[in-house]
Amino acid sequence: MINRERTFITFQVGLALAALLVGTLLGPFQALEHSKIDLYPLLKPLISNYYQGLTIHGVLNALVFTTLFIMGFHTFCTINGLNRRLKWFGLAATGLGFMVLGFILAGTTMFLNQATVLYTFYPPMKATPWFYIGLTSLIVGSWMIGWSQLATLAEWKKENPGVKTPLITMGCMVNTILWQLATLGIGIQMLVLVIPWALNLTPATDALLNRVLFWFTGHPLVYFWLLPAYVSWYSLLPRQVEGKLFSDPLARLSFWGFLIFSTPVGFHHQFADPGVPVVWKYIHALLTFLVVIPSFMTAFTVIASLERAGRKKGGTGLFGWISRLNWKNPSVSAQLLSGLIFFFGGIGGIINASGSLNLVIHNTTWVPGHFHLTVATATTLTFMGITFWLVPHLSRKNLKLPKIALASTWTWFIGMIFFSLGMHWLGLLGAPRRVPFSTASYDHPSWHLPQALTGIGGAILLVAATLYFISIFATILSKEKAAAPIEIPIAEAEIEPSHTPAWLDYWKPWIILAIILVIIGYGPILIQMFGNINAVSPGFKVW
Amino acid sequence: MEVNPYEKVWMGITITAIILMLIATVMAGFGLGVQLPGASQTVDPKKLSSEPPFNQPGVYEVAPGKYQVIMIAYTWAFNPNEVRIPAGSEVTFKITSRDVTHGMLLEGTNLNIMIIPGQISEITRRFDQPGTYLFVCHEYCGVGHQAMAGKVIVEP
Repeated sequence: MINRERTFITFQVGLALAALLVGTLLGPFQALEHSKIDLYPLLKPLISNYYQGLTIHGVLNALVFTTLFIMGFHTFCTINGLNRRLKWFGLAATGLGFMVLGFILAGTTMFLNQATVLYTFYPPMKATPWFYIGLTSLIVGSWMIGWSQLATLAEWKKENPGVKTPLITMGCMVNTILWQLATLGIGIQMLVLVIPWALNLTPATDALLNRVLFWFTGHPLVYFWLLPAYVSWYSLLPRQVEGKLFSDPLARLSFWGFLIFSTPVGFHHQFADPGVPVVWKYIHALLTFLVVIPSFMTAFTVIASLERAGRKKGGTGLFGWISRLNWKNPSVSAQLLSGLIFFFGGIGGIINASGSLNLVIHNTTWVPGHFHLTVATATTLTFMGITFWLVPHLSRKNLKLPKIALASTWTWFIGMIFFSLGMHWLGLLGAPRRVPFSTASYDHPSWHLPQALTGIGGAILLVAATLYFISIFATILSKEKAAAPIEIPIAEAEIEPSHTPAWLDYWKPWIILAIILVIIGYGPILIQMFGNINAVSPGFKVW
Repeated sequence: MEVNPYEKVWMGITITAIILMLIATVMAGFGLGVQLPGASQTVDPKKLSSEPPFNQPGVYEVAPGKYQVIMIAYTWAFNPNEVRIPAGSEVTFKITSRDVTHGMLLEGTNLNIMIIPGQISEITRRFDQPGTYLFVCHEYCGVGHQAMAGKVIVEP
């Protein structure tokens, strides 16, 4: 890899891990608070209360860490899959500049307690304009990096007619397109509604329309987090367990499925909202269920790849193959445990998407319990697994303290089981989310056991995060260079790309289909809402 | 395209499951009457104290056994924060927010609704079992969020 690209990717991954470090270390404060152990006084004067800590935790982990890491990973998979330099590098570097600016602005305003609005920042609660400008800058920067990646792909395709796009590049670039399409919602929200209002150029805003535009982006965001993990599970993990990807064409089909179905689904976050006609809620529920198809295809293909690898290495019986996978490799262990956790996350997601069941759990602690299985484990633990070879590859050093790294994956897994079990259970008992229970005006004896589980989980997760960063810092700070270049574990496929039908590498029809579904799923209702805009809310600083 | 026979079976199971889930969702909505909130009336939060119905929050009996609750959510309380009704009543809540977005969740039920400034949330539930039920604000609304709660008291 060329030094210019290596530096560029190292910056993105490094900044992402910095955001993860700060964001993750705040997590246990939230979890312990849920078991009524309030350690926030220890953080004064840096952080003044639970809500400020929760805002920093959510924004840094869910928005900054994920977006920066994914941009770095996409860049890596683009140039290594296509084996060429990044086109329009100046644009990509400018994009990174915007992302860094966004990170600094959002980070500073949150630490100054000028933006305690949580990562959903629902207007009309109003932060300093610099917070919104920071988040917008982060997204605009990611668009620019994405354009540079897509230009690289377009040039490669022109020079290689009839050659299938390598799967790692294809998966990442589908995700880049998904991101460009999905962030139209938050882009319009920020530029048209929020920033002019935060700068007092418009006196009032429409709270409901803000929510609709936020969730336009908010749910596909979930797939934006997941698809890079799927790229790793499809294209890298099989090689790491000494096997092959089961089927190249099915992997590609599932990526296209995610592109077309994942954007027009946001109203399933607004089942309980007044002002959104019921018919739109059901249309989005249907489209959400359709995302089950590529998800279940992924489950099949990934598990089939793993099973065949395990059997090739002598695993027998129904489950004997599982023990033959390279569990001692922390990168493998991280990804296998992520996949296992994701099974429960996926089932919970189907429950959330069902209108009637959603009314039982909406805005209870069940919801953060759910997304700590998905984004905070399926995605984050997989990304941690990727860093166990990517950080060595970028720094040209072997992974230090691999046993500590391995222990971090298991403690993360166990900690998240406790945490998430507690949160789901507490939610079913009717405990609202985003509440510091130690100072709440209400309590319930039946909540105490799940609250304790949540706190225990948080404590174990603190150990996990500490172990992870010990191993990563030991690697970065080590002075020993690796003897040989660290391999990028790219798997071959049993059903090879040459057997993949050409239509699975035609990009335009799928993209057009995705755009049409977004227009159907959001066009009429957004025209109606913008036409009857109900801008009646001035801003409120409520912290 | 080459597709493994097991995969075909798996896809069949997946599609069947989706169809069943859809049927269940539609049945819950139209058969069992689990209604989601839908299109709503709009309201100007600055005029709540001067215009009906929100200028007089409270619990009103509108017909025998039928009650209407006119409620305002604001930082950080509900008005009224106590709803007292006899068992067997059908209660329609009409709620709006005076300031930021709030929510309402009544324990042990599926009474779960967002309260968004500018919109009127309307939800009807029947209360048969006597007892005291806690309701809480379930959307972050500022530093007093954890204090925002009330009670529905169903009298025998």
